[in-house]
Amino acid sequence: MKGRAWKFGDAISTDHIIPGRYFYLRSNLPGLSKHILEYERPGFSEAISAGDFIIAGHNFGQGSSREHAVLVIKLNGIQAVLAKSFARIFYRNCFNNGLPAIICNTDQIMEGDELELFIEQGKIINHTRKETLSFSPLPPVMKRILSDGGLVEHVKKYRDLKLV
Amino acid sequence: MGMTLAEKILSEHAGKEVRAGEIAVVKVDLAYTQDGTGPLAARKIQEMGFEKVYNPQKTIFFFDHASPSPRFELSNDHFFLRDFANKTGIQISDIGFGISHQVVAEKWVRPADVVVGADSHTCTGGALGAFATGVGSTDAAVAIALGKIWFRVPETIQIVVEGRLPAGVYGKDIILHLIGKIGAAGGTYKALEFTGDTIERLEMGGRMTIANMAVEAGAKVGLFPSDEVTREWLNRMERPQDFKRMPQDKNANYEKTVRIDATKLKPTIACPHQVDNTKTIDEIGEVKVDQVYLGTSCNGRLEDLHIAAKILKGKTIHPNTRMIVTPGSRLVYREALKDGTMEVFVEAGALVTAAGCGACVGLHEGVLGDGEVCLATQPRNFKGRMGSPKSFIYLGSPAVAAASAIEGKIADPRKYL
Repeated sequence: MKGRAWKFGDAISTDHIIPGRYFYLRSNLPGLSKHILEYERPGFSEAISAGDFIIAGHNFGQGSSREHAVLVIKLNGIQAVLAKSFARIFYRNCFNNGLPAIICNTDQIMEGDELELFIEQGKIINHTRKETLSFSPLPPVMKRILSDGGLVEHVKKYRDLKLV
Repeated sequence: MGMTLAEKILSEHAGKEVRAGEIAVVKVDLAYTQDGTGPLAARKIQEMGFEKVYNPQKTIFFFDHASPSPRFELSNDHFFLRDFANKTGIQISDIGFGISHQVVAEKWVRPADVVVGADSHTCTGGALGAFATGVGSTDAAVAIALGKIWFRVPETIQIVVEGRLPAGVYGKDIILHLIGKIGAAGGTYKALEFTGDTIERLEMGGRMTIANMAVEAGAKVGLFPSDEVTREWLNRMERPQDFKRMPQDKNANYEKTVRIDATKLKPTIACPHQVDNTKTIDEIGEVKVDQVYLGTSCNGRLEDLHIAAKILKGKTIHPNTRMIVTPGSRLVYREALKDGTMEVFVEAGALVTAAGCGACVGLHEGVLGDGEVCLATQPRNFKGRMGSPKSFIYLGSPAVAAASAIEGKIADPRKYL
């Protein structure tokens, strides 16, 4: 599925993605989702179309372990997050919820570019720029979790962790 | 070939030898959540269809972020968690009992344990030699339900700190200096392992401050050896039986080594809005502060309160500044009440809150307004963390906090010693 690129910079923390002041909405995920990245980009939630991509620089998702940061990205219909690097807790949280977090050089992707992601082939086609970006294959354990539809689905299936 | 502390602990819990880079499923000794991550974890446990949890005696729901609850929505979350805990036998650490990471260090964490917590500062437990790491609610839910978790065994960066710390320089300055040096992503996916004569002498409070902020360098865990300092702490917490010595191997395979000369360190400040945006106190210039905040999982221990109280004794807080003090746990609160420390804060004009996470998360008890500046002892200063996205958070030691409260601007504590 093709989607549009929304570009952010380096060091976007989970506090940026969903600020602590909305702590009280954590059990109301649709309400919480409206506030996605609102300090960085007011009105972002309304601007996103299903299948869009978040594109970022280094250390995306640093800081707090709040999984709600991943959930609001998913609930807004974002297909995948592409960044130069991710903070580790956020990275795990993405795959646990079935959201691909792809590590690649995002310099060539510009705001508004139309992208298509091919996870198995490890490539991203930038239809706007007629370019193909490749990325290193996902770690096998992440691939496994993703193909099971997230960690909850994996555990429902096996009643255990069958990852090694 | 020797092993890093991370390899040792994870091998023991995997039931086989594992080395950096391998994926291991390991037993979990202790699992916990806080009130912002607990409800989601509990719902994930329900979603997976578990009615019982693996070890309810070693599973704890902390109520520390919204403590006491400032909003009915959060009271409803607390209600849900209490009900879930009652049905499953999970332990509750209620409002006012303290910050999860402080309370587990007092009561539960043992050297060489594997500890997972649904809060990024779970790495505080590395000070006691535990492989303690923060995870999301789903990983916590699986750890609670199955008693295990998967990890990629991390490579280790060895951090060697040597020499006598100058007066007025503490564990907080060591870790701020380190993060300034290697960057907020300098330790991503890695274990940090601390060693050197400065570390050997550092008391548990200072070790916990350093381990707490390992995540601010992106690290999975910040590990200390288990030694006489660890034994002393466990004795003080009346659980000597939990002590286990865990020395560092001389020939372990470290990815790299970073050396810090402690004798050259100065009071260090992280400036807005990134923890690695550090300056020494000599470079900071004139920064007026509206609020000084002493407490949190980073610096809410008795040692921290003592450092600040020593500077504040007999002095008054600057009229243009307010100071809020939040003890890390009920035990810290009680000890600081008994020894007169709390009296010093109140006499100086500070406000003392109940034990908990306090103002650090921007929920209550000191939310910043537009344009306001706060000097805080907490581990994190991202934009908008303590309230308005137009506010500014500087991070420093409890000594810097006390000196800044007196002067109404970020101040050098060394002249008060």
